[in-house]
Amino acid sequence: MLELKNISFQAEDGGKEIEILRNINLTIEDRFVAVTGPNGSGKSTLAKIVAGILTPTGGQILLDGVDITEKSITERAQMGIGFAFQQPVRFKGLTVKDMLSLAAGRETAVSEVCSMLSEVGLCARDYVNREINASLSGGELKRIEIAMIMARKTKVSIFDEPEAGIDLWSFQNLIRVFEKMHEEIHGTILIISHQERILNIADQIVLLADGRIEKVGSREEVMPDLLGAGQPCKTLTDKL
Amino acid sequence: MDAIQQELLAQVADLHEVPEGAYNIRANGEMAGRNITANIDIVTKEDCPGIDIRIKPGTKSESVHIPVVLSQSGLQESVYNDFFVGEDCDITIIAGCGIHNGGSASSSHSGIHRFFVEKNAKVRYVEKHYGSGDGSGERIMNPTTEIHLAEGASLEMETVQIKGIDSTVRTTTAEVAAGASLVIKEKIMTHGKQYAETDFTVDMEGKDSSVNLISRSVAKERSRQIFRSRILGNASCHGHSECDAIIMDDASVSAIPELTASHIDANLIHEAAIGKIAGEQLIKLMTLGLTEKEAEEQIVKGFLK
Repeated sequence: MLELKNISFQAEDGGKEIEILRNINLTIEDRFVAVTGPNGSGKSTLAKIVAGILTPTGGQILLDGVDITEKSITERAQMGIGFAFQQPVRFKGLTVKDMLSLAAGRETAVSEVCSMLSEVGLCARDYVNREINASLSGGELKRIEIAMIMARKTKVSIFDEPEAGIDLWSFQNLIRVFEKMHEEIHGTILIISHQERILNIADQIVLLADGRIEKVGSREEVMPDLLGAGQPCKTLTDKL
Repeated sequence: MDAIQQELLAQVADLHEVPEGAYNIRANGEMAGRNITANIDIVTKEDCPGIDIRIKPGTKSESVHIPVVLSQSGLQESVYNDFFVGEDCDITIIAGCGIHNGGSASSSHSGIHRFFVEKNAKVRYVEKHYGSGDGSGERIMNPTTEIHLAEGASLEMETVQIKGIDSTVRTTTAEVAAGASLVIKEKIMTHGKQYAETDFTVDMEGKDSSVNLISRSVAKERSRQIFRSRILGNASCHGHSECDAIIMDDASVSAIPELTASHIDANLIHEAAIGKIAGEQLIKLMTLGLTEKEAEEQIVKGFLK
């Protein structure tokens, strides 16, 4: 169970303090939790705060009742938090197999790598010894990023817009990956997404707007509100 | 051969026992073993220290090992080795030098290797440099490599210096004839107060000749590195050089490329990138449970692999 208590985050922009997150209170314990909201609503910031990449300016984070607010990225990862980046990082020299081995925390056999990659629609034969460098496309990197989280088997797995860049591979496969991850570890999968088809599988949807929680609830409760969230201003609606 | 020398041999040539094929092992300035084959002859030079290695035309799938080990503190030597590779050969040459210095006097080895590669011959040349020992004496290596590639010949050189060499100036010159190709892959890691200088000069003399120089290096602590590459395109040719370096701590790296095209169809490219490890790479590996230090090690290991 992941609890956020009064989490706020301020950043400086041109000498002015701006509030990215304001007093976020949230308890996450369902299977699939989706965080959605317009661009700039603070979704990625929230995910980075949970992973320890950003430090909140106020508030507390608890994992299974343990305060992890002061814990480093490494400590949180070791305690069972996994984070798939929105924009995967490239590495010269490190191969797909190296990264999956680091994610799994042990040397992985080619047969294991094969099964992990096939889950995300890649054939190990073509990828196992490929470097995670500029020769891989954004979509390929994204799938490898997801495979790394699967290899970690963490109890809280966060995906920052996993659907972005995955064009040829169907959402159905992505959803199957999430379901399989849950079957294996019975953990929580937190997905930041704009995609209706991903929101449709969520047990709980968190709607963020302007750094605040606008609404939390089941998809039946939140989905109808989604259309109303972040209403465009008159200038934009006139053009639409 | 004693345990220290055996360890050096294992490090520089992956040799744990007597190698197959032709070999010449030099230990503390003396010949410590030699084997020749029907196709590969090794002869001691008479006018200076060193050997001539003659490989008969058409020799395929054979290898020559010529490792050098120094374990006597204060030994300084220059060795001249010439390789004559006959037409249509396809062979592997493994050189390498290991210095163990447990004393306070500087030990140095300067290997001057000349390659005369005849028409359509193919050579893979591997050289590793390694230093060990806790003496205050410096471990110095100044390898000079001179490559002559005849028409259609090719040579691929892998040169690695990962540990323990305090000072090195590595000079490589090459002449590449028509249709010949040269590939050099260099990997260097320096630490402490070490100094490493690389100096490549390649003359592209023939039509459709090609060269690719690839250097990857990591400079840690207060070490310094200089990478110089000169490619002279005197014919229709393809030349590419690339210097990719990671700096850490208070290290310094200079990349000084020079390209001269003197023919309208000479295509020459240089790429250089020097910088610290990207913060997002460290963060990514930390989200996999590695500490910052472990993340750094993995990134460096991958980079130099």
